[in-house]
Amino acid sequence: MAAPRIGVFVCRCGLNIERTVDTEAVAAALADHPGVVHTDTYDYMCSDPGQAKIKEAIAEHKLSGVVVAACSPSMHEPTFRRAGAEAELNPYLVEMANIREHCSWVHDDRNEATEKAMRIARTMIEKVKGNHPLDDIRIDHVDKCLVIGGGIAGIQAALDVADAGFEVLLVEKEPTLGGHMAQLSETFPTLDCSQCILTPKMVEADRHPNIRVLTYSEVLDVSGYVGNYRVKIRKNPTYVDPEKCNLCGDCVKVCPESTKSEFDRGLSERKAIYIPFQQAIPSSYTLDEETCLGLHPLRCSECQKVCEVGAIDYDMVPEILDEDVAAIIVATGYEPYPILDLGEYGAGSIPDVVDGLQFERLLSASGPTGGEIRRPSDGRVPKNVVFVQCAGSRDPENHNSYCSKICCMYTAKHALLYRHAVHDGEATVFYIDVRAGGKGYEEFIQNATEEERIRYLRGKVARIFQDGDKVTVWGVDTISGKRVDIAADLVVLATSMNPHPSTEAVTKTLKIGCGGEGFLKEAHPKLRPVESLTAGVFVAGSGQGPKDIPESVAQASGAAAKAIALMAQEKLTHSPEVVSIDEEICGGCGVCVGMCPYGALSLNGAGQAECNEVLCESCGTCVSACPTGAAQLKNLSDNQVREMIEVALANG
Amino acid sequence: MAKNATFEPRIVAFLCRWCSYAGADLAGVSRMQYPPNVVPIRVNCSGRVDAGMVMKALEKGADAVLIGGCHPGDCHYVSGNYKTRRRVILLKKALSEVGIDPRRVHLEWISASEGGKYRKTIETYVELVRSLGPSPVVAASSDADAVAAGVSDGS
Repeated sequence: MAAPRIGVFVCRCGLNIERTVDTEAVAAALADHPGVVHTDTYDYMCSDPGQAKIKEAIAEHKLSGVVVAACSPSMHEPTFRRAGAEAELNPYLVEMANIREHCSWVHDDRNEATEKAMRIARTMIEKVKGNHPLDDIRIDHVDKCLVIGGGIAGIQAALDVADAGFEVLLVEKEPTLGGHMAQLSETFPTLDCSQCILTPKMVEADRHPNIRVLTYSEVLDVSGYVGNYRVKIRKNPTYVDPEKCNLCGDCVKVCPESTKSEFDRGLSERKAIYIPFQQAIPSSYTLDEETCLGLHPLRCSECQKVCEVGAIDYDMVPEILDEDVAAIIVATGYEPYPILDLGEYGAGSIPDVVDGLQFERLLSASGPTGGEIRRPSDGRVPKNVVFVQCAGSRDPENHNSYCSKICCMYTAKHALLYRHAVHDGEATVFYIDVRAGGKGYEEFIQNATEEERIRYLRGKVARIFQDGDKVTVWGVDTISGKRVDIAADLVVLATSMNPHPSTEAVTKTLKIGCGGEGFLKEAHPKLRPVESLTAGVFVAGSGQGPKDIPESVAQASGAAAKAIALMAQEKLTHSPEVVSIDEEICGGCGVCVGMCPYGALSLNGAGQAECNEVLCESCGTCVSACPTGAAQLKNLSDNQVREMIEVALANG
Repeated sequence: MAKNATFEPRIVAFLCRWCSYAGADLAGVSRMQYPPNVVPIRVNCSGRVDAGMVMKALEKGADAVLIGGCHPGDCHYVSGNYKTRRRVILLKKALSEVGIDPRRVHLEWISASEGGKYRKTIETYVELVRSLGPSPVVAASSDADAVAAGVSDGS
């Protein structure tokens, strides 16, 4: 093998590196490192002139490898690898030494930081000396996308992907599409009826030739890799054939068992056989086996007896589907903060303390009161309503520390809709701040406070308790400094947004991360907000963080565009820095086979290990387990790591 | 070298690309200051770190080796961190057997969002290793060099 000819390019990054690292000294020291034939420094290596320096040096000095000592490889590795490729140097012979994030930004002593920068750069010089030129692996992919979650974000993503000509599987855990948006009355700031704008999209998704809707279904397992994920889905039995059901509702009339309606958030009852709401998709009933007296026909079977079309089938069993998909969009959504955890506001013990979503049901024409605002305890129209903002939000000692973003707006909407419905009613809002960043949002709040006679009190509520048939609210108006004592008829808590409880299980199944608050973690908070860190898995909607409908829809379209861009490629590329097995050494013990989480390794006919490069994700767990050293990661072999360790520690 | 405040430990850190290396990046972006005694080496997964790498580092003069991985359950490669955890337990036992303080190998879970934890880990670990003093491996090998030199001088 020819002697290495390495070029080292030390970036000053303006003053970001130069302030604490003497880049000239680093370049001078590295010029003497074995194998280095050229060094250079520049203000911004990532700029066009900086890259031109690298490209020219590759040609002029016939470089066999390049180390750019600059920022984190997660910033600019693709930039410099592309520059290498443009100068006809294999991109896998270009490496970055991270002397900014890991050095200049975290140390203040210039001598110490300069010395550390040299050590870091030397490790990468040794690495690149052992690198081999590699070509990307090209893989075929299927043309189908899985969308998890059938709320507005999932529906939007599914429609966009389907409209681009790709097949979509839309999986929803509940018996109907729609998510929480279906429960809302009217939407801020335009006051469109929520169901009126949502249900056409539900119908469109259901009728779309490229979309297969799987409600009452869950994703059990995901394996494979980008372009070729294998997913296992369980479709739970609804015991009603949606093809036969004609929505007559006779079954509901005869069903003897009932439970609290999830759709009305416990404000009404539903039968064991039910439809969540009239426009549900699929438009069919579901028999909830938990509430049903028993599926055995001898136990009850009233619904089956009365069903004229014979749609009810007690023998339905869960259906397991195995599907191959190229990309996955996760839109698992949110759940309001559990009201029982807000005991200090009387939630759970006082019937006339409701959460925001319950109040939506009281406002909704499809709700338990037919759109008339009546309080849960005695059905009276409340004449005095108190709205408490930040219930469970911005309260790091007791509840969520984050702002749930939508509550200021929905509280203003609630108060305004209440004032429209009950003209002589009094509405009081307790708030910490009013946050109304959004198109038309501030105007909406101004209108609510100025035109609609809604009383906004800045301050927190100290105590809420039942006092006869009133709900007494004690609070403080921090602007006047006065104590406020309100005998209310109804209290509405603007509850915080939590990630849906299923989020954690879904992230474990998909091997994607959750942030500290349990929301889906994006690959980069600013620049890659719809991608997860796993290739081919995208995130959308309020499962990723509190957001309102327009933001959820926009993010869903963004995630869909990413999935479409992926599937539109003829072939996908896969990193070639995978595991290789040295047949000369491999003794066929098979230890590596058990180590691989992807099933990439197997023993071949000759009794030796073999790596399926397409399945290999380059973790290297097998490498460290291989007793002979036959399994090696391309471009991060044991030998390379040894050399890196040695120079990391060597003096001078 | 005696155990004193002027002793500057030399530490190699193997950081997994997805969590700990990214956590260290975040510490940098957040301009958190920590001691410069640790030279990081990026590996794809903490599961890539084997006993040989740790021993090599100790042999070549490291006073300690830090391994950074994703939190249990969060491994980008499903389960590599669990394998590392088991390996580190065995390795610590083996080190004790040969008279090396097992604290000279340390495994820490640092996620990509834990820049602060990365800084804290470096601070505390550098202090701990400082209190442990220079690695006996280094002292032993330099003693051996000295003996070898003495023998050759004498002959």
